[in-house]
Amino acid sequence: MSVLVKIPTQLRAAAGGEAEAEVEGATVQEVLNGLFQRHEELRERISDEDGSLRRFVNVYLAGEDIRFLDGLATPVKDGAELTILPAVAGG
Amino acid sequence: MAASHLQCRECKTEYPLEALFVCERCFGPLEVAYDRGTIQRDVAEWRRRIQGGPQNIWRYADFLPVAAPPGPSGRLNSRAGLPAGCTPLIRADRLAARLGLREVWVKNDAANPTHSFKDRVVSVATTRARELGFQTIACASTGNLANSVAAHGAALGMDSYVFIPADLEEQKILATGVYGTKLVGVKGNYDDVNRLCTELCSEREWAFVNINLRPYYAEGSKTLAFEIAEQLGWELPDRCIVPIASGSLFTKIAKGFSEWRDLGLVEGELPRMNGAQAEGCSPVASAFADGHEVCRPVKPDTIAKSLAIGNPADGPYALELARGTGGSIDAVSDEEIRAGIRLLAETTGVFTETAGGVTTAVLAKLAQRGDIDPDERVVLVITGEGLKTLDAVRGTFETHTIEPTVTDFESVVAEPLAV
Repeated sequence: MSVLVKIPTQLRAAAGGEAEAEVEGATVQEVLNGLFQRHEELRERISDEDGSLRRFVNVYLAGEDIRFLDGLATPVKDGAELTILPAVAGG
Repeated sequence: MAASHLQCRECKTEYPLEALFVCERCFGPLEVAYDRGTIQRDVAEWRRRIQGGPQNIWRYADFLPVAAPPGPSGRLNSRAGLPAGCTPLIRADRLAARLGLREVWVKNDAANPTHSFKDRVVSVATTRARELGFQTIACASTGNLANSVAAHGAALGMDSYVFIPADLEEQKILATGVYGTKLVGVKGNYDDVNRLCTELCSEREWAFVNINLRPYYAEGSKTLAFEIAEQLGWELPDRCIVPIASGSLFTKIAKGFSEWRDLGLVEGELPRMNGAQAEGCSPVASAFADGHEVCRPVKPDTIAKSLAIGNPADGPYALELARGTGGSIDAVSDEEIRAGIRLLAETTGVFTETAGGVTTAVLAKLAQRGDIDPDERVVLVITGEGLKTLDAVRGTFETHTIEPTVTDFESVVAEPLAV
């Protein structure tokens, strides 16, 4: 399963300047792990020590917050779009 | 006091005073930090400086993150753009009596240029945006911010893009489009709009007032606290009831009180901070009730659309503040919101929108629950205007329709006078 991960401005320096990355994986967690393998620095930026997402990081699968789905265990389809965004916007 | 840098609220990493809002290291929110500098002012001098300033938020320019504020040095300049603030603080004795309380004040922020507190935050954000060289302002809005950004764009001659949920109240859509902004109705709820704008923010050289300019924008809410304290004769209230959408207003009002207390401009304890949400969108009230430190996002379904943020950015800090000051965060039903609008209107003459209905209904709830000591001085923060959410009061009262005759009046409306 190949997923397009969209990387926010704040993380692009840690992702070799990339704004997007094609990553393999069957769940959101697997896709993120794949992304971390490619850019190790991203892991600590968006994950806590226990592997969960930091509280100010939002992840969306096809525009839906994964907390409304199955969180990191949410399965992903081939060609899906996963968007990482800062949570502190708006209001 | 002058703004010195931006600082991550979580890991304390420092950043320059630019259009940044997120810490690159931990994704925490950036806030404005101030340098008290070498100027030592005594309390009397601070007060004179403020009182000598213009009749708008720029009288508090010393505490706001702009390099060249429109005032108070240039009084004429301070009226450029769309000056906000200096709204009435009304003593609401009839409301207090109805609720069995002694001293209730209503801070009526509907009395701003576009009829909501958003003019405060937008004034600060747009002033900073101009200083940073932006030509275009934008926002993700639940309605009131849309009105304000569109109007400020018109007043300052800046292009503006306003993103709203497509199903917003018609009054708020009309009161935005009229200013000639580029109005974008997004098929989705506010959280969808916010996500889209956060993505666009990475791609466009625009000042999204509540995204990349958010640290400056949020500081504008402090002026509500400054005004309340100044209008109470340089005193703090005992308790404030404030609506919560993202939690930014709630936390920044407390920050305003704290800053003045640190400078000695006011004395005493920080007020108890009570947050108000609608049951149909109460992620912060639910987390408060459940003892959680973070909020679980929800899909909003409430008539209080201006508070319909299911994924509140400042939720954790709102929880911390309510707990730290001995306050609470409560939620009320749509029926209670309608009753709250009527209660405020009937006892004070202030007609508020649904958000104010939420706030008033929470005040009534706290009073009924016995949470408020009758001797407390309570301030109810009314953030917006009733004419923007007219549907909320439709059907809550009767109109007597009659023929234009005395007979019909006396048979339908009022008994004939005794002869």
